[in-house]
Amino acid sequence: MIDFSYTSLILLIPMVIFVLLGLFGNRFKPLVSGIVGTAGLFVIWVLSLLTAYQYFFLSGKAADGTFQELLAVNIRWLTFSDKLHIDMGVLLDPISIMMLLVVTTVSFMVHIYSIGYMHGEKGFMRFFSFLSLFSFSMLGLVVATNIFQMYIFWELVGVSSYLLIGFYYTKDSAVAASKKAFIVTRFADLGFLVGILILSYTTGTFDFITLTGSESPAFTSGQGIWFMGLSTMTWSMIFIFIGGAGKSAMFPLHIWLPDAMEGPTPVSALIHAATMVVAGVYLVARLFPIYITTAPAALDVVMYVGAFSSIFAAIIACTQFDIKRVLAYSTMSQIGMMMFALGVSGYGGHEGLGFMASMFHLFTHAFFKSLLFLAAGAIIHAVHSNVMNEMGGLRKYLPITHATFLIACLSISGIPPLSGFFSKDEILAAGYEKGLLLYWVEMVVSGLTAFYMFRLYYSIFWGKPAHYHHTPQEAPKTMTITLMVLAAITLFAGFIPFSHFVSSDRVPFAAHLDLAIAIPAILVGLLGFTIATLFYRKETTIPEKIYRALGGFSHAAYHKFYIDEFYLFVTKKIIFNYISRPIAWFDRHIVDGAMNGLSYVTNEASFRIRRFQSGQLQQYALVFVSGVVFLALFFLYLWTR
Amino acid sequence: MTINQLMFAIFSAVIITFSILTVTSRRILRAATFLLFVLVATAGLYFLLQFNFLAAIQLTLYAGGIVVLIIFSILLTSHISEKMEPPGWKKVIPAFMAVLAGAIITISTILQYPFPQQVLADSSRTDIRAIARSLISTEKYGYALPFEVISILLLAAMVGAIILAKKRKD
Amino acid sequence: MFEGVPLTWFLMIGAIMFFVGIYGFLVRKNLITILMSTELILNSVNINFVAFNKILYPDHLEGMFFTIFIIAVAAAEASVAIAIIINIYRRLVNIDVEKMNEMKY
Repeated sequence: MIDFSYTSLILLIPMVIFVLLGLFGNRFKPLVSGIVGTAGLFVIWVLSLLTAYQYFFLSGKAADGTFQELLAVNIRWLTFSDKLHIDMGVLLDPISIMMLLVVTTVSFMVHIYSIGYMHGEKGFMRFFSFLSLFSFSMLGLVVATNIFQMYIFWELVGVSSYLLIGFYYTKDSAVAASKKAFIVTRFADLGFLVGILILSYTTGTFDFITLTGSESPAFTSGQGIWFMGLSTMTWSMIFIFIGGAGKSAMFPLHIWLPDAMEGPTPVSALIHAATMVVAGVYLVARLFPIYITTAPAALDVVMYVGAFSSIFAAIIACTQFDIKRVLAYSTMSQIGMMMFALGVSGYGGHEGLGFMASMFHLFTHAFFKSLLFLAAGAIIHAVHSNVMNEMGGLRKYLPITHATFLIACLSISGIPPLSGFFSKDEILAAGYEKGLLLYWVEMVVSGLTAFYMFRLYYSIFWGKPAHYHHTPQEAPKTMTITLMVLAAITLFAGFIPFSHFVSSDRVPFAAHLDLAIAIPAILVGLLGFTIATLFYRKETTIPEKIYRALGGFSHAAYHKFYIDEFYLFVTKKIIFNYISRPIAWFDRHIVDGAMNGLSYVTNEASFRIRRFQSGQLQQYALVFVSGVVFLALFFLYLWTR
Repeated sequence: MTINQLMFAIFSAVIITFSILTVTSRRILRAATFLLFVLVATAGLYFLLQFNFLAAIQLTLYAGGIVVLIIFSILLTSHISEKMEPPGWKKVIPAFMAVLAGAIITISTILQYPFPQQVLADSSRTDIRAIARSLISTEKYGYALPFEVISILLLAAMVGAIILAKKRKD
Repeated sequence: MFEGVPLTWFLMIGAIMFFVGIYGFLVRKNLITILMSTELILNSVNINFVAFNKILYPDHLEGMFFTIFIIAVAAAEASVAIAIIINIYRRLVNIDVEKMNEMKY
């Protein structure tokens, strides 16, 4: 039995680096912070690879071939009662190790990239310490042994995201975006907390292994109590999903994700493409046995929300001109597909295909989406602009960026033999087995994905070169190396037999490539690619004609369907006026008034009592004599033993 | 009524009347004079009780010393021809109430208490030799120590009074 | 009882003089009149001591000695009080007790 307690280092190293860089980063040259942060991440990347190798290939499997859930470290932190306690520890099972690999790899790449991208920035040291904080929080979330530890790290991830989005704190838009992200996710976390409370109240435990094991109290208790037509388990699962939906930018809690692009591009790559936004998917996957056994209605909610978000985001992405916004909506769409896959999944072996597909897509998406963002960063770095219209013909100037970007676009469009094809194919297969309508929705989404990604690609790299202030330079080596590494992973990750490692009940199974699903998927991807080539490879007026033809719909899509305006209306007109104002009045006049009144009464009382110390000798003597007389009266005549 | 009772009645009448007049008189020099009368009547009470030495001391010190001192200070500090203002009702009423209550309590307690009713055994005059012997003896009922302490107290009082009343040279 | 005069009469005289003195202390405005009232109080106490001594303990002299000492102390205290009053008069040019209220809040 291999001792896995070294995995606690995977959490401790970034935490220590965060504290060190935060406190002492200023004393050294900026490059030192970069090197220290990157070195730390290198170490934990190697440790994760080692853990994965040892778990998947050496000792992870139990006798019957199932992968076990191992508690590498578990320290009791707070005890509420005998069975209800919060621990801090490291849980190793297939999906957590997969997430370890994803997070450490992408974070490591982003660290190396940032040394080049953030060169010369004033807050270089601060950036690296925040990156380490984020890595620590995300890793803690992923290996959490109980739901409360996950919640704690969930909030920490939110804080790191806030700090990193608002990194350029002198820019008003960045500050507003960071506040928006934090508030929206915090609001969703309220649902998460309510879900945790209901869950732990009915089952009496926070521990994941107990909750998702075969004799889980979740399966027995909580069944009898019904509220408004749904059992308590369903309610708690729905609430927990609300928390996950906030973090994963599902409709209608998605409004923070496009604005979060105000942060530096490495942040977008790390947090808003590969790791933090998939935390919601991971949460549902972690609690999947409970979802599938006691709350199938909640899974239906997951499925519908995921499907709707994916097509909603895909439509909006077709109309946006800021390259980072296009990528943000693309992320939302892909995560919608992951949620959809989880929603349609069953449990056990081939039934759990959706689960496996979702995890596989999470894995591949992390790599090609972060590659897309980092390449976008290289482009922005070269051209000093974010907007598609101001670019064009860059393939002459940025060859490496061009090649890697193309690989990523092919992957996300589902063109074989890249990794995106394999994972998307599994999702479509799972969807097909469940029901036809949503399967067609996801096919449309795949087509739209190919279309808007290649629209992006052609607008940047083909067409007439725009008027640039100075010739765009290819990015420095630190940045291009990471692009190439991520492109290599994208090329070959599809060939990993994922179902042998990750499955819904941790029993490996064999998943086949079903040509009846694969061929239509490839065709729809190629269709999107062709249309985009026709519209955008050379400058044409077809897009504008179609835009005008669709009239109001395209206008609404460009304005993101006015969801932001709706939120602003609700908060400003309704919440501020009808809720915040009365509460503020109450606070100012009644709570403050009580305090002020207390001090006023004290003041007045003391003012009146002051007269006793008047300095008048005869008044003192009078009080003295009266006191003596009273005492004499009391003790002589009134005191009866 | 025996002669003692008559003398007692005269003395106590003097005491009560003049003490009340002292505290209510509006001319300050008259108040000092009334105080003198009270002190002399007190000495008379001591004579009645056959404490001759004590009565002599009372007359010498109190009537002859302290009242003179008071009159000197009156002459130094007040306008003796002006009438003093009567105190306002705000002062008089509470003070009178307190004093009345105290007097009632005290007198009722005195009247209720069962004092031993023996008849005086020996009403000899107090012997000055016995007094003198007590003042300087150090055995039981000897007052040598208080005597010395009083001397020091008087010295301190003298020194203190001189320093307090000295004119500063500024 | 001393030759026809009961003890309680002496004590009552003492009590009345005592409370008259207190009344004077509480009511009068001039500092010297307050001093005079204090002397009244002390004298009343002297009468009490002497009466107790003569009537309850005729063989002893404690009461008388106590009275002597009280008279001595009263003399010392009166002289110091006059010195203070003269000082106050020099500073404030009046000796109204209501004007001396600086030791207040």
